[in-house]
Amino acid sequence: MNILLETAAIILFGSGVLFMLVGSLGLLRLPDFFTRTHASGKVDSVGMMLCLGGLALHEGPTLSGLKLVLVIAFVAVSSPVAAHALARAAVRSGLKPWRAPGQGGPDR
Amino acid sequence: MRTPSRSLVVVLAARGLAPAIQLFALYVVFHGHYSPGGGFQGGVLLAASFVLVRLAEGYGAGQHQIPRRAGLLLGVAGVLLFGAVGAAAFLTGGNFLDHGRVPLPGFAPADLRSLMILVIEVGVAITVAAVLTAIYDELLGDEDDA
Repeated sequence: MNILLETAAIILFGSGVLFMLVGSLGLLRLPDFFTRTHASGKVDSVGMMLCLGGLALHEGPTLSGLKLVLVIAFVAVSSPVAAHALARAAVRSGLKPWRAPGQGGPDR
Repeated sequence: MRTPSRSLVVVLAARGLAPAIQLFALYVVFHGHYSPGGGFQGGVLLAASFVLVRLAEGYGAGQHQIPRRAGLLLGVAGVLLFGAVGAAAFLTGGNFLDHGRVPLPGFAPADLRSLMILVIEVGVAITVAAVLTAIYDELLGDEDDA
């Protein structure tokens, strides 16, 4: 039972780290603001929630575990809302989304 | 200058988060004896919830919660609470912040120190929350422009 829990915690934490890695790569490689917001939203929400979930499983049903679950709930609410507010502010101030060259974008 | 707009997502999230942040701020202030936290951290959390409401619901709604004038008054009140508790030990000849000498009958000196530290933490929390909110208000400019 203990080994099962630890394995699940490791798998959760590892997949969280994977999401963070992919999101960071996207932040570096994607072309414009909106696509980068899309990538960093994954790091903030999914990556962090999976890592914290792994830590909560490792901690077990203690007060610290309960606090970790609370942090997961807050991150689940606040991080997507922050990404939404950023993208909405960008749209409202007139930023145009990126288009691939030849599909409405600059011919380069 | 763009026209202000209300995003339903942001407004609803702020309405849900702000009371939870305030509750956690009180926990951080009053649990500061036993765990990381205390007056400054709890006050910053309180100020964060006030600024969150001002950002999401607009300046007017935030004024109903903590008016601009109350920000500075509360800041002064917190400092005065700190100073009064610190100076209360003078009454029985103690030093500043010597909480064991505060003339409050019915308490052992050790219990009195624990209690008075809590009162001082509350004063710090009030001041920090009020001043951080006031700084946000002042950054917006005069009341006519806001």
